[in-house]
Amino acid sequence: MKLVIAIIKPFKLDEVREALTTLGVTGMTVSEVKGFGRQKGQTEIYRGAEYSTNMVPKIKIEVVCPADLSDRVVEAVQASANTGAIGDGKIFVLDVGQAVRIRTGETDVTAL
Amino acid sequence: MKHAVKIAAGVGAGAALFLALPAWAQDAALQAPAAAPPPPVVNKGDTAWMMTSTVLVLMMILPGLALFYGGLTRAKNMLSTMTQIGAVACLAMLIWVMWGYTMAFGDGGNAVISGFGKLFLKGVTSESTAATFTAGVAIPEYVFICFQMTFAAITVALVLGSVVERMKFSAVMVFGAIWLTIVYFPIAHMVWAGNGYFFGLGALDFAGGTVVHINAGVSALVAALILGKRIGYPTERIVPHSLTMTGIGTGLLWVGWFGFNAGSALEANGSAALAMINTFVATASAGLFWMLAERVNGHKGSALGFCSGIVAGLVAVTPAAGNAGPFGAIVLGAIASVVCYYAVSFLKPKLGYDDALDAFGVHGVGGMIGAIGTGIVYAPSLGGPGKPDFDMGHQLLVQFETVLTTIVWAAIGTVIAIYIAKAVTGLRVSPDVEREGLDLGEHGERAYN
Repeated sequence: MKLVIAIIKPFKLDEVREALTTLGVTGMTVSEVKGFGRQKGQTEIYRGAEYSTNMVPKIKIEVVCPADLSDRVVEAVQASANTGAIGDGKIFVLDVGQAVRIRTGETDVTAL
Repeated sequence: MKHAVKIAAGVGAGAALFLALPAWAQDAALQAPAAAPPPPVVNKGDTAWMMTSTVLVLMMILPGLALFYGGLTRAKNMLSTMTQIGAVACLAMLIWVMWGYTMAFGDGGNAVISGFGKLFLKGVTSESTAATFTAGVAIPEYVFICFQMTFAAITVALVLGSVVERMKFSAVMVFGAIWLTIVYFPIAHMVWAGNGYFFGLGALDFAGGTVVHINAGVSALVAALILGKRIGYPTERIVPHSLTMTGIGTGLLWVGWFGFNAGSALEANGSAALAMINTFVATASAGLFWMLAERVNGHKGSALGFCSGIVAGLVAVTPAAGNAGPFGAIVLGAIASVVCYYAVSFLKPKLGYDDALDAFGVHGVGGMIGAIGTGIVYAPSLGGPGKPDFDMGHQLLVQFETVLTTIVWAAIGTVIAIYIAKAVTGLRVSPDVEREGLDLGEHGERAYN
């Protein structure tokens, strides 16, 4: 099993979810996060007081999938979250040691 | 004293007169010597309008000012800001009926303060009347007391704009009680009572630019200087937590301000109508001109700039509401807005004081522009309601003297009130409470869960 972590632009979430569902991915966890990479933040001004924020709001998607599916998951995310502009995000893939479905006790791939 | 003549003539028995316009004062004087003036008659239309105006001003405080100021603070201080505003306004209402009304509008007294004959509203009944600007036409004195009560309440609440996020709740209450007594009541008397000092000079202040805005703004500056900066100001990121709330508050303030300005005519008549249209157009102009000033300085036109401009325009048009033509008011709103923009964006950072929500930058500066500008836009040649023989030079001198006296009075009174509050309560919350937020530290709650 693999854990695919994707940091994407918030407005791309629906497209990514659609692409992954088409692949047969049955679940995901989504969080609103902030961070920075090459894309720098914005400048905010309140009555002349200027603050530059270097953190940019992003969406983090976490998907655990069977190992043989992970390459296609990565491709699907890369294709659907791409705008060609700086700040499109990153994808990380990690190995997963164990998975358990809490309700039934099923394990590993059957638990996904 | 025209006021004395009028009282002697028996008009407005037991009434507090406040004639904001020399033009009207002259009219009143002409009518006063009539042999047996009829007893004042309560006008039901005027009374209905003044009751409406009174609750409109209450709406400016709660929830208007509470949301406007609250949105500008950080989320951890939202409840503290709203509660301080509400509580100090309530305190002002109680003090008003105990000793405030008689100090400002009681019978007799001198140029600085009225007599104490109406302590605890002694002698006031539902039959008592207060004079309007039309001879023989009155409103119930209780309505006049309530209307003026809301002015005292909002003024002391406005002062808090500079000291939020660090002043103790108990200190706010002690400060409020003393400040009202030694600063607000005397200045209200001087500007609005028939025997008041500024009134005698012929100062133009339709709805309280001096009494409310310069007074609150200067006091706010002095209080902020004594209290010191918030921890982290200006290096840390301290930004408004909800400009949505501030936007809602701005709308409520604008709507409520029609009670404040048009209500200051004391009658539902043409003077109130003039104040009404000016409260529309000066404000509209100011809202847009603040955004324009931002653009000229290379920034985006902002929502906060829009809201700030609206308030700056409302402040500036307050003394001018019934004392300007609509186009004079538009120009006045625009100028006040741009000057306030520079005051909060450049002057404040340069001088380094922490006027947290710009009570001085908007109310103090806007109030001064409005008070002095009123001496200009009153001129008939500029569309104002002044008589053809209006002497602008003399009027400007009077306006300047009024403004300067108010500044000095407010500053000295605030120093006294703040140091008494400091002696009694310690004035400022501990650094731990300040960092964690006054909502938890002072009230044991969070605004958002």
